Amino acid sequence: MQVSVIIAGFGGQGVLFAGLMLAYAAMDRDLYVTWYPSYGPEMRGGTASATVVIGDEEIGSPVVLHPDAAIALNIPSFRKYEPLVKPGGVLVYNSSLIFEIPERTDIQYVAVPANAIAAEISDTRVANAVTVGALAAVTGMLPVEALIETVDRHIPAPRRATVLPNQEALERGAQLAAELLKQSSPSALPHYER
Amino acid sequence: MAKELLKGNIAIAEAALRAGVDAYFGYPITPQTELLEHMSRRMPELGRVFLQAESEIAAINMVYGAACTGAWAMTSSSGPGISLMQEGLSYIALSDVPAVVVDIMRGGPGLGNIQPSQADYNQLTRGGGHGDYRCIVLAPATVQEAIDLTVLAFDLADKYRTVAILAGDGLIGQMMEPAQLPPMRERSRTRPPWALTGARGRPPNSIAAFGLEAETLEAMNWRLQAKLQRIRQTEVRCETWLVDDAEILVVAFGSVGRIAKTAVREARAHGIRVGLIRPITLWPFPYKPIEQAAAHARAVLVVEMNTGQMVDDVRMAVCGQAPVYFHGRPGGSVPVPEEILERIVELSKED
Repeated sequence: MQVSVIIAGFGGQGVLFAGLMLAYAAMDRDLYVTWYPSYGPEMRGGTASATVVIGDEEIGSPVVLHPDAAIALNIPSFRKYEPLVKPGGVLVYNSSLIFEIPERTDIQYVAVPANAIAAEISDTRVANAVTVGALAAVTGMLPVEALIETVDRHIPAPRRATVLPNQEALERGAQLAAELLKQSSPSALPHYER
Repeated sequence: MAKELLKGNIAIAEAALRAGVDAYFGYPITPQTELLEHMSRRMPELGRVFLQAESEIAAINMVYGAACTGAWAMTSSSGPGISLMQEGLSYIALSDVPAVVVDIMRGGPGLGNIQPSQADYNQLTRGGGHGDYRCIVLAPATVQEAIDLTVLAFDLADKYRTVAILAGDGLIGQMMEPAQLPPMRERSRTRPPWALTGARGRPPNSIAAFGLEAETLEAMNWRLQAKLQRIRQTEVRCETWLVDDAEILVVAFGSVGRIAKTAVREARAHGIRVGLIRPITLWPFPYKPIEQAAAHARAVLVVEMNTGQMVDDVRMAVCGQAPVYFHGRPGGSVPVPEEILERIVELSKED
């Protein structure tokens, strides 16, 4: 069983780190995981992405055309990945910056005002973690508590000041998604509650 | 030791350190630069040599010089840099000294781009430089295998006094996966008797990449070939998966090998009898396992991130027993499992 996620946004929005949170949390739960970044010119201004595949068996392709879920942090990413998410999948998007009207009826949209929530935590850098928290809560692919623990375990010494804001952001994203879930049916994606 | 989430490039660098590399010489190039960066920090920490050369030509000749003194020396680069190193590799080959080279392949020809590619296959497996020689070429499909094959590269280079190349691509270099590093090896090696160490109290050694008389150079060539023949006989490695009853045989190496595995798994779920051979040593090439698997196959499909290079070796191995088809993505495009599955399904429908 496998679940794939593509996280995309402008370089600087923390796309790669958002993917790392998922990857570390999966590894900490003894799951197989691959993390593959875009490393081309997009790092310097265009749209960057990270592809994360998590599974309970050996992972073949770390490259995914149709992900089970996507996180879009900016408009170009929303436009790129909205048509690519697998039917039945989930698209979490940053509604602080994305005002597009969803076009598909066969995927679940989760609008998260990530920048606004991050600003409330008084650290706009953690908008990425807000969306990761929401993704985890909606899909159930990893428990939010696992992500919160992972952030504490793996953020290295020079950046320890970011642990608490990231944890709060994960929690806020998860809370928001839980409220949204009450209004709609939960996702049928595979999840790992080890 | 516990697993760590490791980026391919850094895993290779750290594995080389732990295997016992004495000296690293290199010049930065995407998509392998993290390897050099890691070395620039760790080698001085360990009291070993890190030197950023002025060019790849300089780097490979520094490797050559260090290797002549009995040191374990290495370099790393990507396509354009590996091309510049070919003269040095040819010299090292005739000199019978060990060296390890890492090629994290990117789109070519020319400057190409920095995306993943397997287009250096011919250059790496045919020798690449002038003259009759081959290098051992190892192709990892996972970060863990990149670690294991890096250690193996040093051991084989040392055992056979030859060049061993780790052939990864941008995908292997840039991706992260949980993997386990080996413990740091004890470094109590004595310098080999052939090494150039100053000749105090002993007759001088000589290492040369030339033999001016025809008889001399011919004899050197045959000696080199005898060594390469020993490597062909003993060092072939490949992964075979679900080939016993396979009517369709997929052959793919490195990162494409693992991508093809996903397609093979899905095709099996559709009831198609398909198997995978993933060459781990690109040289020496696993001709025999492919020949045997092809004996009961209706079709062979080769998938590569280039326009068709390993497919020639597969054709030689299959030797007309079954038709050989090719699916390739050049220029930095990475094939996805869906497109490989599509080709497998097409082939399964043919009579």
